[in-house]
Order: sequence, then C-alpha cells, then structure tokens
Amino acid sequence: MNKTSDNFNSSSIQSSALNSRHLIALEKLTCKEIELILETAREMKKVFIASKEGTRSVKKVPALQGRTVVMLFFEPSTRTRNSFELAAKRLSADVVSIAVSVSSTTKGESIIDTVRNLEAMACDIIVVRHKSSGVPELLSHKVRSAIVNAGDGAHEHPSQGLLDIFTLKERFGSIEGLNLLIVGDILHSRVARSDIWGLTKLGAKVTLVGPPTLVPQGLEMPGVEIQYDLDSALPSADAVMLLRIQQERMESTFFPSLREYSHRYGLNKKRLSLAKKHCVVLHPGPINRGVEIDSEIADGPRSVILDQVTNGVAVRMSILYLLAGKL
Amino acid sequence: MNEKIVIKSGRVLDPASHLDEILDVAVIDGKISEIGKSLNAEDSKVINAEGLWVCPGFVDMHVHLREPGQEDRETIASGALSAVYGGFTAVCCMPNTDPAVDSVGAVRYIIERAKSAGFAKVYPIAAITQKSEGKSLTNMASLFEEGAVAFSDDGRTVMDALIMRRAMEYARGIYTNGISAPISLHSIDENLARGGQINEGKISAILGLAGIPSCAETIAIARDIALAELTHAKVHFAHVSTKNAVQLIREAKSKGISVTAEVTPQHLALTDSELIGYDTRFKINPPLRSEEDRAALCEGLKDGTIDAIATDHAPHTQIDKDLPFDSAPFGTIGLETAVPVTYTILVKSGILSPLKWVEALSLAPCTIFNLPGGKLKVGA
Repeated sequence: MNKTSDNFNSSSIQSSALNSRHLIALEKLTCKEIELILETAREMKKVFIASKEGTRSVKKVPALQGRTVVMLFFEPSTRTRNSFELAAKRLSADVVSIAVSVSSTTKGESIIDTVRNLEAMACDIIVVRHKSSGVPELLSHKVRSAIVNAGDGAHEHPSQGLLDIFTLKERFGSIEGLNLLIVGDILHSRVARSDIWGLTKLGAKVTLVGPPTLVPQGLEMPGVEIQYDLDSALPSADAVMLLRIQQERMESTFFPSLREYSHRYGLNKKRLSLAKKHCVVLHPGPINRGVEIDSEIADGPRSVILDQVTNGVAVRMSILYLLAGKL
Repeated sequence: MNEKIVIKSGRVLDPASHLDEILDVAVIDGKISEIGKSLNAEDSKVINAEGLWVCPGFVDMHVHLREPGQEDRETIASGALSAVYGGFTAVCCMPNTDPAVDSVGAVRYIIERAKSAGFAKVYPIAAITQKSEGKSLTNMASLFEEGAVAFSDDGRTVMDALIMRRAMEYARGIYTNGISAPISLHSIDENLARGGQINEGKISAILGLAGIPSCAETIAIARDIALAELTHAKVHFAHVSTKNAVQLIREAKSKGISVTAEVTPQHLALTDSELIGYDTRFKINPPLRSEEDRAALCEGLKDGTIDAIATDHAPHTQIDKDLPFDSAPFGTIGLETAVPVTYTILVKSGILSPLKWVEALSLAPCTIFNLPGGKLKVGA
C-alpha cells in the first residue's frame, strides 16, 4: 500500500504558488518559491523512499497522468536525464526522450523549430539541456509549453541547485548561516551559479574557491566570498562541494597541470580534517576520483553524494508537479 | 531647365562656418546658390522649414551593406535607401563582404551597383590585407585610384604588428589632394577576445557567457597609436567602446599623433545590462560596455577626443539572430535610428550643442575620409 499516493492524484493539482510557468534559473525565484519546491520535494521523496533505508515497492503516484514530458537534451547527460525521466515516470507522466546531437557550427533545423515540432505533438513540459547559456530563456519566449532548464552552458542548472539545497537542509535542518565552499572550475559551472543564487537567497554564505583563472570576479556579491587557498578556507566550512575538473580546460591554459590542480585543490583526508567535524562533502557528479576528490572521501562517512542523487529525483518530481499545476 | 528650390526660415546649421541661424537656403539644380535672409522665392518650389533644422547631408563612415555575397541580409540598394530614410546622404561601406573588397574589380562593382541604386552616395572602403586575413597587403594604391576612400579589415584586427606597420607606412604614400589615405581600424586584441560574447564583468559572470575584457580594446588601440606615431599614417579608430581607449586617444591627440575616432549610437545609448535575458539583438562587437564606459564615450565626444558618430550598421537575418546566444552573429542595424537616438542622448540632454552634433554626423567624417560634402555653402 502506498499511502502518499492519495496526496498526489491528478485531480489534486491546483494552481501552485510558482510565479512563472517555466523554471529557467534560481536567480529568478523568490525565497518563498524555493521553499515551496523544497517542501513539495520532501513529500515527493516519500513516494519512493519508505524510511531512511528502504525504498517502496510501488514508487509511483498518478499526479501527472495524461501529461507528456519531453526530455530534450542537446548535450550528452546520463544522470540528469535519467533523474528527470524517473521523476516524470514516478508521477505517471508519459515521457519521450530525445537526444539531439548538434555540432556547434551546423545549424540544420533551428532549435526553435525543433521545439515547435515537439509542441505540435501536444507535449506539456519540455526539459531542456543545451551547451549554450540562454537557450531555455530563448525557448521560453517562443513556445507555449513549460520549459524546465536542465542545464544551459555556464548559466544555471536550477534542479541541481535545488537538490543541493535540499540535501543540505536534510542534513542541517536549516540553511541560514551555513557556509558552503564550492571548489574548482566556477567559471564554467552552471551548478555553482544556481547554488549561489539559491543558497544566498535562503541566508547561507557561499565561498568560491579555486585558481583565479577559474573564479570570475564578477560573481562577488552579497553572501558570496572568493578565496584562492583551499586550506585556509576549509576551517569555516559547513559543507564542501567539489566541481568536476574537465581535462579540456587544462589545454586552454586555465591551469598548468592536473597534478598541480590536485595538489592545491584536491580534497583528501588530511585536508578535510581542517574542516569542522560536521562538515559534509557534496559533488554534482560525475566524479574524477583522485583529481578533485579522493576515493576515501567520496565513499566516506562525510560524503552525501549519493543522497544528492536520491534527492535529485524528489526535487525534480516536485518541479514537474508544481509546473504541471500551472498548465 | 533650371530647377530652383528655396528652403525657407529653417535653423541653418553649418559646422564648417559655425553658422547657426534662422535663414533661407536657395538651391538650383541640386547645388546651393545662396544662403541668406528672406531670399527671393519667385519661380521656386518653396519648402517651409519653420521649426526645422537645415543641416548638411549626414555621412555615415561605417556601414556594412553585405553586397556582394550576403544579399539576404542587405544589398547596396536596400542599404542606400535605408540611409536616406535615416538622414544620411552618403555612407562608407566596409569590405568584409563575400568575397572581401580586396580587388579593383570589387571596388568597381560596389561603385557601379551604388550608381544604379541611387538614393545615397556609397563610398567603398577596401581591405587592408588580402581576404582581410591579416597576412599580405592588398594593392592599396590601385584600390584607392579605383575609388576606395579608406582601408580597413573591419571585423578583424591585423594582429601582426609588423603587417600593420607596413600597411600604415604604405598608406602614407597614397594621396589625394596631398592627403594620405586613411586607415580605419577595428582594434581589438583577438587573443584576449577569443570566444567572448559580451562585455566581461558582473553580467557576463552571472549569465555564464564568455567575456570580452575592455583591455582587449585598449591594448590594440595602444599598439596602433604607437604605430601611428612611428609611421605618421592617418589612423582612424572605428567604434571605440571603452573609457580607457578614450583616454588613450585623448593623450595621443594631445601629443600631436594623427589619430581620429568614431563612436556608435548603440555604445552611446546602451550598456551591457541590456544583455540580461540573452537578447541577441544586443550582441555586437565591440560589445556594449559598462555605464562608466558609456559616460566616458559621451564625454569623449564632448571634448573632441572622439570626432565622429558612425552607425556600424550591420544587418543580419532574423533566422541568424534567433540562434543560441553564442551561435548568433555580432551586429545590429543603425542607419534609420542613429539620428533620433543620438539627438536624444546627446543634444536633448545638453551634452553636445546642435552644431557639434551635426559636425559629428557630417563634417567630421568627411574631413577624416577626405570626402566631398559635410558643408552648407554656396556651390555645395
């Protein structure tokens, strides 16, 4: 028996408190909207997690029955796409997954035409990922469906930001006053930008750490601090999030070598001992073991990396559910 | 048959003679025959210009007419028509067409096409280097003889300083009326600007778009000022966009180096805050800068550091602008809006006197490129 299913049947979708019919960026959300998504996610988690350890045998509610959700990924992704797909399926939506491979130079069918074609087949929500910043925003002006940003260039990845906040909230009870260190390639990170907006809106502090070539000055704003030395930033951290370092960045001379990067910014047991006892470790994945994070940390007791993955499904269910309420 | 027109009681603004008075202007067969008070209008077509301004035809020294090769964006005829709608009687078109204007044939083609199109005068600017690739010089003297009025690799920077030096030196030896051929420079360090989409700063950081730092412009302009000092060439800086570049040009002028500069209406009116929302219409090169830069550009025009206003009219198709931001091309149009926009920004706000504003749009570009026009005088 699945008790919570009664709470999320399709007839119970009402006009929600989200202001926009799209989810493009945490920058655009109010504090209240973020809280609403997190609260709804907490209920959603009960759909597939019975207790702390066990999953439910029936992990599904009929909330989005009859709705069509399209996964439109112009950039390869496994975890985000699967997470959204599972979220949609657990809400009983029909899911179509489209992987479009486009090179940066070929135009072919324009992206707006692609989306209009999908719309002509009567889809309700389009979850989109694209390598270029601003694509979900562009589409939101051109189509009637709800657009969910699953990551655009170096702009935002709002569902990732929300699941990070959800995970921290689950751990600490409250977000206010926490200090999250985000370590690594901030310049190219959409996750960092979503975390910055979400966490600062909820009263947390974000400290950006990395070599100056990868930490843009322009992100300094109230609640955000920039530091270049991980060891001196760690003692004040309540949580540390490592960002994946991409090999191709090294070739563009953002830093001299992976070895040197790892030496200065890789999180190992010795470094982590500088942080507070309750400090947890996050990673948006996929992780580079031995580069930005050591295996014993990734698999250790302070890691909440797999909690993030579990919570990702709950948060994405919440997003789809609340946006469906606006359709 | 003589056709006579009398423009009555307009505010006649002629920067060359510092004239700013309510006067009549008589025109016979397209030439000004008399400027004065209460001119005889017998047997003439009378245009009542009361409450209006009578100015020399405006001259836009920096447009892209896309022909040959990109006629889906603009043609010489559509661009020339757009010019007269906007108050411009002459335009200078940049050579970054397809193929680039690096041959005598291409210069002749533009002149012929412009003649048959009518509307505004079109003066071709020829490429500095072949295919504008920055490697070897075009036949500059031949191009100039054929009718090119200046040289530019606009859209690209001649990154090799030696090639740039040679181009400047060589241009010095090409004359009309004892004046050297001018070189119009798009000075942006291409290595620093590589991949950049918008001005580097807070907004580029938040939007997650690669930035073009303002020093990409100042570094290139500093180099080109040094080369102008060395070669004594007639160097003109196209579309200046930053505070520091304005300051460099100000210092160069005070040292007596032969440099001039232009600014676009868009850089005078807008800042990079327009980019919030990823609207590709605001994606231009050089990018819209900060408010501090914008104010410095206005100040530069006011104190004469910047000589001219030019549109950098750069049409694209809607299809091209509807692409993801980093795939969309740089450029915006300006011929039909430049006059009202700059009037509002500069004259209405009191930054420039009407006479000075008219100068920046007419006399100044004519002087820099050694063009006829820009003056209201008998015979013009």
